[in-house]
Order: sequence, then structure tokens, then C-alpha cells
Amino acid sequence: MLLYALRRLLLALPLLIGITFVSFAVIHLAPGDPTAIAQTDPEGRWTPELIKMMREQWDLDKPLHVQYWRWIKRLVQLDFGRSFSQDGRPVIQKIGERLPVTLLLNLIEMIIILLLAIPIGVLSATRQYSLFDKVTSVFVFTGFATPDFWLAQLFVLLFSVELGWLPISGLRHVNAEYFTWWRQQWDFLSHLVLPISVVVFGGLAGFSRYMRQSMLEVVRQDYVQSARAKGLSERVVIGKHALRNALMPVVTILGLSLPGLVGGSVIIEWIFAIPGMGQLMVQSAFERDYPVIMGNLVIVATLTLLANLAADIAYGVVDPRIRFGGRRARR
Amino acid sequence: MRRFAGRALACLALLAGCAACAREVDSAGDDAPRSASERPADGDTFIRPLVGNISGLIPNITSDAHSHEVGSLIYDSLVTFNRDQRFIGQLAESWVQSGDCRRLDFKLRRDVRWHDGRPFTAEDVAFTYRTMIDPKTPTSYKDDFEAIERLETPDPYTVSVTYTKPLARSLMTWGMDMLPKHLLEGFVRAGKLREAPQNWNQPVGTGPYKFASMRPGEKIVLVANKDYFEGRPHLSRVVFRVIPSQSTVFLELKAKGLDSASILSGLTALQFTRQTGYHAFRKAYHKYRYPSNSYTYLGFNLKRPFFADRRVRQAIAHAIDKRELIDGVVLGLAREATGPYKPGSWAYNPNVKAYPYDPPRARALLAEAGWKDTNDEGILVRDGTPFAFELYTNQGNDERKKIAEIIQADLREVGIAVEIRVIEWASFIKEYVKKRRFDAVILGWNITPDPDQFTIWHSSRMGPDDLNTVSYANPEVDRLLEAGRQTCVQAERKQYYDRIQEILAEDQPYVFLYFRDALPVISSRVRGVAPGAAGISYNFREWWVPRPQQRYTAE
Repeated sequence: MLLYALRRLLLALPLLIGITFVSFAVIHLAPGDPTAIAQTDPEGRWTPELIKMMREQWDLDKPLHVQYWRWIKRLVQLDFGRSFSQDGRPVIQKIGERLPVTLLLNLIEMIIILLLAIPIGVLSATRQYSLFDKVTSVFVFTGFATPDFWLAQLFVLLFSVELGWLPISGLRHVNAEYFTWWRQQWDFLSHLVLPISVVVFGGLAGFSRYMRQSMLEVVRQDYVQSARAKGLSERVVIGKHALRNALMPVVTILGLSLPGLVGGSVIIEWIFAIPGMGQLMVQSAFERDYPVIMGNLVIVATLTLLANLAADIAYGVVDPRIRFGGRRARR
Repeated sequence: MRRFAGRALACLALLAGCAACAREVDSAGDDAPRSASERPADGDTFIRPLVGNISGLIPNITSDAHSHEVGSLIYDSLVTFNRDQRFIGQLAESWVQSGDCRRLDFKLRRDVRWHDGRPFTAEDVAFTYRTMIDPKTPTSYKDDFEAIERLETPDPYTVSVTYTKPLARSLMTWGMDMLPKHLLEGFVRAGKLREAPQNWNQPVGTGPYKFASMRPGEKIVLVANKDYFEGRPHLSRVVFRVIPSQSTVFLELKAKGLDSASILSGLTALQFTRQTGYHAFRKAYHKYRYPSNSYTYLGFNLKRPFFADRRVRQAIAHAIDKRELIDGVVLGLAREATGPYKPGSWAYNPNVKAYPYDPPRARALLAEAGWKDTNDEGILVRDGTPFAFELYTNQGNDERKKIAEIIQADLREVGIAVEIRVIEWASFIKEYVKKRRFDAVILGWNITPDPDQFTIWHSSRMGPDDLNTVSYANPEVDRLLEAGRQTCVQAERKQYYDRIQEILAEDQPYVFLYFRDALPVISSRVRGVAPGAAGISYNFREWWVPRPQQRYTAE
């Protein structure tokens, strides 16, 4: 088992290097140049010497493979470099101050989506074509089809501007530092309500439909019939025998969506002025801030590979055929 | 993503951000500011939006408007502008300019202290100068400092500057923020000024506000400097909230979560005219309107055969209906431009050749230049080449996109086919503007109070990194630009710039479109707001809120 995990881990390394190399090349091939951004100011002028100095300092004057080699040499020492943007701060610091917010938001959203989507999926499968099934289908698909920037603004207009129940944007009240501890927590949570609601409404469709589909397949299986034949109550049949098996595909999809947790939703962060990863990435892309773009990419790629690895190992644990069948049949 | 549109007019906010001329206040009648009779009260918090993240708090090495907006409250300079956009002393008590414009002698105030308590002296001025010319300092504002031959500090409160040759805008150079030598010298010497903590969360200036705290991407809090040498600012705290979306800024305004829309830009024309007329908004905010100092233009690549002939450019100027364009794009909230200077400013010349909307005249001029309608498609042709060109502008700026569409329609009327290309900002600048791979562009400039536009029009500034992107070369203009920056006698300079405007109007390297109005709004509880030629935020230190109306406890 350990050997299997190690082998997979070793295989993941060249993959990571490949991913970073291709991305590195693609980003540098994109038109535009980090030094070009601030050069259209009639008042100021970047002297050619200074531009040359910047390019040298950032290795932009070297051939691509040299740049990549230097970058990866620093990376193995966990040095992500400094941002090319005017603040010149360490990449790790820039990502570090934005990642927690994005992770928190995404985790809460994911949990709420699962808590709502699984029961919806199960109930609409067991009551296929019932009124409940139809109403929830319409509801989740409406959420799926509604553009989130539009919904977000409607929510703000109703709940914040008209009713005044919830704050509009940001993460904290401007005077939050004068609040008591409890009020600070309450204030923070109230700022999260609108962005989370918008995302949850839009995200329900996926998981609830997977759940419904998978449940529909499972309830037709023989073992469910035999469970019923044994005289088990419908609750136990569905809740224990069917649900467990029906959850398998959902868990797979969940595993695949884990790397997405570190990427922020650009539009939501934009509208609600949340300083998360989405904003940072868009800004870096516009400014051709290669170190920040690459830093984020390494994190996402690593997480993706780890999530895949974890999924593979988990399969190996539950399914001995995979563990031993490296050369023979695949799953 | 609108802030990148703003970058198209990248500016030195310190000087350019508060430049405007006429005063036209559009405030909500009954509740207009009455500042004269009341005694200013201290206290309250003022909440301002910032549409982008700041990139540092040493304005000398940042060039984005957001950083300058915050920095301008933390730092001071030797001289600044008053309401009428005339120079007044700030850290300098007085100054003398020599007759040949080569020497400037400043007497510094003796009562100025840095936020950490150290006294401000001539040493700091000399240090700031050395920082600016240090090749390792990553600043785009070197040019004017490199024109200095030597800077001497005979005593701690005297600075005398000698320029290698007369420099008209020498005084404006000293609108640059002063930096503390005792904290930054080591960083400058090591070429690591950007990495200094003073550039991030420990800035130390001499200005009316001190840095209090920051949450990156969220907010920056400043507090009143109670020991400020001109008396403490009345508003006790200033909170800058980072809100990238303009529509969220507007929603926050509606809910009274902000005390101003951006002081630099303000509302959109649509918000100003149609969406803020209701009673509650008029009660909560005062709206202001005055011409901003940025203009939008249609620029021709003069190296392209289409536009080499002046008559063609004049024809296009006649073919564009500027009035319709202003009404359509900014709902009339702009002034027609006739040249690169703002109507009403001292350098502006009203008597230049005008180009009224006149399609028949345009067609006649085009015919003179050899463009005839010989096929059935209605497109003019010369030597077998149809008159069809590509018009470029940057993504994320709706105004410019609309302008492009109106120009496209107007030119189609006279037989010119225009194809519009909208390109993302970084690629646009790097791949098209710098490499001169365009037929025509729609862009804008922020102009400075000093009329010197050498970098934009002089034929020596046509290199890839330079700003004369249309490759305009006129020997007479070159000569006038050189003369204009070498004297500081305003009457003499006016003659040069008047003539430059006449030539530019005749040559039409750009079709100058319009100067957009600035449309700021400010909470109606704030008193002391008095927009003038210098804009609206020049006297922020004097704004105040009467006790009963103070909304936040700040101390």
C-alpha cells in the first residue's frame, strides 16, 4: 500500500514540473510585458535605463529556459519570489493574506451546498415526478441559469439598500475595531450572508442533480429490492443501503472540486469588495505579474495532484483490484 | 475592471488629480453648505472609496492614482496649489526664483515635524532630491530632478537649487512629496526603497494625517495629525475602503455607507443625471460638477499613408459631430476640446481653427486629397485602395467604445470604413501603441497645471517607450516647445503655447474630442467644501462636520 502511494507520488512530480513549464511558457508568450504597464504617464517617464534595470532584475532579458530554471531553483527552496507589481512584496505574503478569506468562503459555501443538495437530490429521486421533484428542479435550474453578478446586485438592492438588513460590501464594518468581540463576529458573519447566498443558489443544481441521478440508479438495484424484501423500513432502505452507495459518485466529484477551494470567484469578490484570491489573480493577469500568477498556479496544481492522489489511494483502499492490478485491468 | 480604464489616463494624482478650472456647484438647493458663519468642529470619520488596491505608500515611487490619493494626506511637499491653482508654500515658508529661471531659493518652515517627532530640515529635502536621481530608485518622476545642476543647504532651513538651464516648470518639481532621511537613507542606498516598511504599513510623513492601520485589499485608516503645523485637520479619521466595482460604490452611496464617491472621479454621467435626483439622495449628498483635467482624443498614426495628408485629418475632424458625441457618450457632461489645454486655463487659446460638423466640407477635402467615390459601395478609393482603417481602443472603458461607434457611423457617412478593435490594456499598449501597429486610436491624457507638453508633441520623443505615439513632427512646434520650457515668464510662455495650439489645430494630429466633467459627490453633513480651479480635495484638511451631525465617534 505504502509502495503504491510512493509510486504515485513520484509520478506526480514530473507532472507538476510539466504543468509549471507549460504555464510558464504560455504566460511569457502572452502579449504585454510587466514593464509596459505604467509607461503611459505624461507626467512621469520610465527612463530606458530604469526599464533595462527592471528587466535585468526580473530576469526578463534572459532566454525563457534560463528564466524557468532560475524560477524553479528558487521554488524548490519554497521561495516564490517578489511580485512584479509596484508594491514589490513577496508573493507568498500576497497570496497568504488573501487565501484564508477565499478558503473560508468556499468551505462554508461547499458545506451549505452539500447540506441542501443531498437531501434535495435524495427526496426528488425517491419521489420522482412528484410536485416536490418538479418544484426543486425548477428552483435549482433557475439558480444555475441566473447570472451571479445580476443576482448579487438585486440581492444588495433588496436586502441592503431597501430593507437595510445586511451590509453591502467588504468583510467588516468600518468601525469594527471598536466593537465588542461578539459583535465583531456577528458583523463578520453578516457580511458573508449575501455573497454566500448568491453562490449557494447558483451551485445547488450540480450536486442535487448528481445526487438525484445516482439515487435513481441505485434504488433500482437488486440489493435494494432484497433489503425491501427483508422487510426493512423505507427509511433504513434509503438512508442506509441506498444512500451510501449513491454517495460514491458525489464523493468523486467533491474530491475533484477540492482544488477549486483556493480559487476565488472573481465576480462575487468584485461586487462584494472581498479581498480574496479572485481579485488578486485578475489584477496579476492584467499587470502581467508573472511571479504571483505562477505562485498561485503552483498551489492549485499541487492541490489538484494531491487531491487526485488521495482519490486514487482511497480507491485503492476500498477496491483491492486497483491496488494489485497495476499491470492488469484498470478500474 | 474599470480601474484599468482609469490607467489609460495614468496620472500624478498629487498634481493632476485636483486640477480643474471653472466652479460650477450643483448642490441640493435647500441644504447647501454654509461654512462662513459657523465655527468648525473637530471629530467624525470620513469614509472614502478607493477603486483599486494601493501599491505602496511612498508616492515618489508609485504611479497609480489610488496610492497617490492616500499618500497625499500623509506627505507634504515644499509647494502646493491653492484653490485658484496658484503655487503656495507648504513646507516652504517662501521662495525666490531668479530672473533667468535657473535658481530657486526656498526658506523652510521651522515648526514642521515628522510623524515620529523628528524635525523636518533641509537635509530631508536634499535626501529626497538624491533619492529621486539615484539610478536605483524605481521612479518615473526623475526627469525634472535630473535637470538640477546642484542643490545646496547652507543652513538647516534653507535650500537653494540651481538648474543646468532655465526650466519653466522648476517650481512644480517641488510639488513632489518629501521623504524622511533618518528612516529611508539605508533603503535608498541599497536600492530597496520599495521594500522599506515605510512604503507599506509604517509610512512617516509630515502631512495632516498619520497612518493608523491597514487591511490589504480591504481598508486603510488614517488619523488626524494633531500636531500638524497648520493646525489639526478637523475630520478625526479618514477610512479608505477598497471597493473595486463602481456599481458597488454607487450602492454603498445609496445606503450611506460612504461619504463620497471617489473625489478624483465621482459618479458616471448616467448616475449624475438620471439616478441621483430622488429626494433621499439629494438630502444625503451634495453633487458637484466642474471640468476635469483629462481629455479624450482620436489620434492618427501619421506614418500610415491614409493620414499623412493633413487635409484628410481635417476632413475627419469636420465629419465628426462632437456635440452629438458628447451628448451620446457622457450625456452632455463634458466640454468640447479644441486643443490639449483646458478651456479657461491660462494657457488655453480660444482663437484656433474650429472644425464644425460639416460632412460636405469633409467630402470636399477628401476629394482634394485624391479620395473619390468610384465604386458602388460608397467607400472612397484612391489609387485602387479603399479608405478603410482600424480604430483601436482599450477594453474596459465604455466611454471610449461608444466614441468609437459614433465615429464609425459619422465616417461611414463621408465614405470611410472604420473597423473597431478593442484590446486588453497591457497588450494594447505593448503590442499596438508602442510598436505603432495601429491606424488610429482613441485614448486620453491627464494634463498638468503646467502647459509643458514636450513629451507628447516633440519630434525627439517618438521612440518606442516615448509618448509621441502618433509620430507627430513639426519643426516649428519643436522650437516652440523648447522655448516654452526654458523661460518662467508666464506672458512669454503664453505666446509660445498659443501658437502651438494654432498649429495643432491646423495640423490635427489628434482630433481633440472633449474634456469630461468631474462629478464628485460628498456627504451633505460635511462643511467647508469649496471646489475651485484646483479641484475639490485641495483643502480636505479644512473640511468639518458640525457636532450634532457627526456620525461616528472617532476619538
